[in-house]
Amino acid sequence: MPRQPDPLPPRERLLLASLTAAGPGFCALVGALLAVIVWGIIAYAVQLRYGLGVTGLRDNFMWGVYITNFVFFIGVSHVGALMSAILRITGAEWRRPVTRMAEAITFASLLMGALMPFVDMGRPDRILNLLLHGRLQSPVLWDILSIGTYLTGSTLFLYVPMIPDIALLRDRFAAGPAWRRRLYALLALGWNGTEAQRRHLERIMGVMAILIIPIAVSVHTVVSWIFGMTLRAGWNSTIFGPYFVSGALFSGAAAVVTAMAAFRWAYHLEDYITEAHFRRMGYLVIALGMIYAYFTFAEYLTPSYKMAAAERGYLSAVFSGQFARLFWFTQVGGVLLPLLLLTVPRIAWVPRLARVPILRPVPALATLATLVLVLLLLPAILPRTAALGGFAAIRQLPVWIVVALGGWLFLTLLPVFRQRPIAAAVVASLLVNVGAWLKRFVIIVPTLQYPFLPIQRAPAGWALYRPTWVEWSITAGALAGFVLIYLLFSKVFPIVSIWETREEGRHPAPESSPAGAHGGAADAPAP
Amino acid sequence: MGLTRRSFLKVLAAGTAAAAGPLARGGLLRRLRLRFGARLPALVATKGTSGTLVQLSGLPGSDGEVAVAYAAERSARTEPGEAGRRWVMVIDLAKCDGCRECTRACTAMHFVPSGQEWIRVYEMRDHATGNAYWLPRPCMQCDNPPCVKVCPVSATWKREDGIVMQDTSRCIGCRFCIAACPYQARGFNWVQPAESEEQRRQPYDMEWNTRHFKGTTEKCIFCPGLVKKGKLPACAAACPMGAIYFGDQVEDAVTNSQGETVRFSELIKENAGYRFLEELGTEPRVFYLPARKRLYPAPPAEPAVLGGHH
Repeated sequence: MPRQPDPLPPRERLLLASLTAAGPGFCALVGALLAVIVWGIIAYAVQLRYGLGVTGLRDNFMWGVYITNFVFFIGVSHVGALMSAILRITGAEWRRPVTRMAEAITFASLLMGALMPFVDMGRPDRILNLLLHGRLQSPVLWDILSIGTYLTGSTLFLYVPMIPDIALLRDRFAAGPAWRRRLYALLALGWNGTEAQRRHLERIMGVMAILIIPIAVSVHTVVSWIFGMTLRAGWNSTIFGPYFVSGALFSGAAAVVTAMAAFRWAYHLEDYITEAHFRRMGYLVIALGMIYAYFTFAEYLTPSYKMAAAERGYLSAVFSGQFARLFWFTQVGGVLLPLLLLTVPRIAWVPRLARVPILRPVPALATLATLVLVLLLLPAILPRTAALGGFAAIRQLPVWIVVALGGWLFLTLLPVFRQRPIAAAVVASLLVNVGAWLKRFVIIVPTLQYPFLPIQRAPAGWALYRPTWVEWSITAGALAGFVLIYLLFSKVFPIVSIWETREEGRHPAPESSPAGAHGGAADAPAP
Repeated sequence: MGLTRRSFLKVLAAGTAAAAGPLARGGLLRRLRLRFGARLPALVATKGTSGTLVQLSGLPGSDGEVAVAYAAERSARTEPGEAGRRWVMVIDLAKCDGCRECTRACTAMHFVPSGQEWIRVYEMRDHATGNAYWLPRPCMQCDNPPCVKVCPVSATWKREDGIVMQDTSRCIGCRFCIAACPYQARGFNWVQPAESEEQRRQPYDMEWNTRHFKGTTEKCIFCPGLVKKGKLPACAAACPMGAIYFGDQVEDAVTNSQGETVRFSELIKENAGYRFLEELGTEPRVFYLPARKRLYPAPPAEPAVLGGHH
């Protein structure tokens, strides 16, 4: 006979309600995600039927969007180890309401990331050859081993701290639907919160927190070695391992910020996830972003200082050629602006911007809209201008106008973002993730555009990489799959750890300063 | 059935050969399974066991009859290549006039799918003041092959006779080998290649490599089927200039389509032979003689170059 559960505090009641609430918004979102996934599956069926020829990939561009997705998703998955292991070991108590969100991101993005190489395979029907004839010399096998280990480890790391909560759900849903009762009873493993069980749980989590860190680091290191183990200029780099790991942590931390805001808004978790949590995650993203920026700088400065013959091609394409717009967007839009946005709430002079006439929101936005309209008409005028002037710089004019307008818009919105730090954090983290995806694309494709031998005698359309609708559809499907797994997870298990956030209150903060780098209580008021 | 000492040794040698094949380049699982089986001395099959069929029982991976290396009529995966030989190719760039007969002969011989050229003739110009020249590029059959290192399923491997072999019936199509090859020598079947009736009648034989499958990687393999018969590879035989020499480095002799057979080492020494992208350390088995004192037309002064640093 199940014992009668004690009444829950209001924030926990709200959290449990989010498990069963399925309003029209939720149904519409699931429907839309399913539609995108089905479309992705149709695209994959087309690829399966006609071969990889339906993609933009060709002999010179043997890898493209799929491998970009692979690196991106595996990168995002790193955040689980960061939040649950590193923050746990360093005793950062504020992590408690956020760890499960991070671990669930790890789970969902690892599944999608691991799927990508198989989507990219020419002969998925021969997948068993990897087991029958697998060779340990190949980094592909390293990937399989380390991603497999990380998936197992992080699934356990997601599950084990969830056991007390599942037991709570088992008791709360004693009168719920049969599938929930059975699932919770099975997964709770007979947990009833005895002292011995708690001790075991703590020990397991302590051991796993330490084990998961090297595994996570190994995962993105060997992913980078898919490129680093080749001789190609641009991939032939010794720092690809740490470079990729730093980029992975950066994009993963940003993904958690987005998830925090989404769940806080959708499930009304304001009592759990406060502005202080966004501030702390913001610090984390800033720190990781600066490490990542440092690695990027080191990775590009050393070859571009020497300008060796083999590296000249891709470097000039990235800095000032075909890929320059993408590259500079990843650096300015994907690193610099997000870091600025995250520091905005702390910058004293930002409110003064609102007093500058051209930066007042209403006139500024009106002027910007007019300019964008002019810009759209510009291509019609531009060829004649270029013919008249003959300056190459004129052809770059639209880019500079976009950059200037973007800067203006940014400065106009800064005071607004200062008033709304969570909105600023969300915009910043979305920018980080868009930039992260594009940066992986810019790591992969320009190198392939400039091989040791020139690209010659390529059939029409083979000398440039243009991803096709099949690749975009499968990418959209994978992204939708990621969100759907994440969403459904939050409907089966509480997205915030109940028992761990209860314990939060039992450990008083060792120091009262909320600006302290570690250990400070997250709920402490901002200065 | 009496078992004499001699026949027992023969069986032992054959059994070793049968076990050494998978051990040498077998899969992870098979290797693990073998570890718990009989411990066998690591001997390698010699030519003496060629064509022998022996009865085996109790050996891992054998179900009665096992063909030892060299035994099968059709080239098997276990084939280490022609024993005691080291195939080598020399391309005299001074003689090459860019007619691309080599490419056409290769394509006709192997029914190379459209979009691929297993021997591609590049228009090269090393630097702004340098002369333009033609560079036929087959697979370099590297002795330190980057493609072999990265292949996850040993669909490509190095034979004892120097050839980097490709088994398209095992390839999973991950294209890591294409990424790893610095010579762009590998092509991929992005769609199912169109096959003729004649082609379809032939079974898949990796040494002849006339069948092509969707989603697999392919490349030049020095025509081992022809070489085995004592003939030149298709490209070397077709070169009207006699620019492509082929032969055995151990024998130190290479032959071209004009029937000239010369000492390989002298040819390289006297003409300052070099290997392409030597600095990468891939140890190619294709040597080039520099394009000096050329009697034939060079490519246009401004080669159609898209990408690449040359």
